[in-house]
Amino acid sequence: MISKRRRLFLWTVRGAMYLATALTAGLTLFLMLYVLAKGIPNITWELLSTKPSYLSDRIGILPDILNTLYIVIYALILVLPLGVGAAIYLTEYASNQKVVAAIEYAAETLSGIPSIIYGLVGMLLFSNNMGTSLLAGALTLVIMNLPTIMRNTQESLKTVPMSYREGAFGLGAGKWRVIRTVVLPNCVDGIVTGCILSVGRILGESAALLFTAGFAHVVNGFWAARNSAGATLTVALYVYAKEQGEFGVAFAIAAILMVLAFLINLSATFVSKRLGRKNQIG
Amino acid sequence: MKKRTNLFEAVIHGIFLLLGLITVGCVLLITVYLILSGIPAIRQIGLFKFLFGTKWASTAAEPEYGILPFILTSIYGTAGAIVVGVPIGFLTAVYLAKMAPKSVKRFMEQAVSMLAGIPSVVYGLVGMMVLVPGLRNIFHIPDGASLLAAILVLSVMILPSIIKMSITALEAVPKEYEDASLALGATPEETYFRVSVPAARSGIAAAVVLGVGRAIGEAMAVMMVAGNVPNMPGSLFQSVCFLTTAVAKEMSYSSGLQKQALFSIALVLFLFIMLINAALNFFLKGDKNK
Repeated sequence: MISKRRRLFLWTVRGAMYLATALTAGLTLFLMLYVLAKGIPNITWELLSTKPSYLSDRIGILPDILNTLYIVIYALILVLPLGVGAAIYLTEYASNQKVVAAIEYAAETLSGIPSIIYGLVGMLLFSNNMGTSLLAGALTLVIMNLPTIMRNTQESLKTVPMSYREGAFGLGAGKWRVIRTVVLPNCVDGIVTGCILSVGRILGESAALLFTAGFAHVVNGFWAARNSAGATLTVALYVYAKEQGEFGVAFAIAAILMVLAFLINLSATFVSKRLGRKNQIG
Repeated sequence: MKKRTNLFEAVIHGIFLLLGLITVGCVLLITVYLILSGIPAIRQIGLFKFLFGTKWASTAAEPEYGILPFILTSIYGTAGAIVVGVPIGFLTAVYLAKMAPKSVKRFMEQAVSMLAGIPSVVYGLVGMMVLVPGLRNIFHIPDGASLLAAILVLSVMILPSIIKMSITALEAVPKEYEDASLALGATPEETYFRVSVPAARSGIAAAVVLGVGRAIGEAMAVMMVAGNVPNMPGSLFQSVCFLTTAVAKEMSYSSGLQKQALFSIALVLFLFIMLINAALNFFLKGDKNK
């Protein structure tokens, strides 16, 4: 028989756990549904396909969509070789434990730095030299996302069996050849996971871009856009909500971001399921 | 032939070493840049006056640069978010890690990932449109944009980090510990809270520290709900300015000493983050040595 005191403890604890879990679930659902309900009615084809015009006094978010797309592509192109290269160095080459520890400690430090500090340093390093531009923003994001790409690649490099490498070495392949033909093709899924997570982080980023990529709403071609300032969707949301009081547009953007975040989540789960390992975001 | 291959391999090795060291280079670059750009204003204002001055009036005719209000707001805001967010996150994590049916667990893991993926400006927007007017109506205050609003938004934002990291720590507890406790007649709840949780304590502590780091570094969501007036934080209903928002708010139009002072604020924030990182490492190491 369980004593009264123990039973009280049991029920309090159980109730508290149910309550906390329900609260977490409820908050998530509320946030998603609220934003979608407020945002979707405001999404029109005109909003998506035009740029803001003072003449006809309407707002379009086409430039912000394009800027977001460009900045994601710029940042990924730049961060991939760096992150994957660092991961390859750590798992395939590094023999000095101190160097490994230093690199891993640096990666941990980078992932702990808040985005506003990235924004400031990006402004000092990049924007002050090349002007406020999408490329300056992308370079800032490269530093931010380096640890994500590096860690995910590293995780999947570790799962490449040693015997694959030994087999290739045994056939007389050099180290570089082994990496290029055996190791890299086997860790593609880790690289893809890293990319998905980075895209998610870039889509949600605002503080780091405010002072590096700026606020402009201009439609540019992919290549020309690198030197021009431009707001991404998140920055545009902030400006429309906080500075212009255009809440309809802000909610429309929020709903788009929410759907994108949902898709990113789904694909991350899908890829990591294929990898057969734990889903690790954030 | 042999020599050429060796040279080639050595060059490749060098390239990868370089790529590996870029991460270290970035950290050094950030640190050096922040120190170099943060020091001049502190020297001009005076360290003591800067850190413990209670008045921030950067655009006044006779400007004053005291950042104590920002430091205290950041500390109070973070502490508040921890007080509200940690119990919820911790209890959710214990339930999900130990007791939840598989389907509930899978659903909640998706929900928590979703919560982590929502951009901070969206949190800010919802806070602005729901929380701020709500607080105004509930407490009958002139403006709901306040320290309390910021605390509530932050406590939701730190939930995913706390839940995920606590679940990882709890799942790493050896099953034998729990079996032994159950075999001695303890109920599952007693086992999980009196055996599993203490066994996972350094991982859970790390989760809390991670939450502290998230909360103290958040800028945009807080900027949209906290009111951004550099008051000394005295009550929950006051409009306040965090270290992060102080930087973000004035950066776009500042120049001269004012701009330099903003870099000094960023340096202070960076020092806080470094301390938090050190604490995080300490707890994570403690977990590994066990």
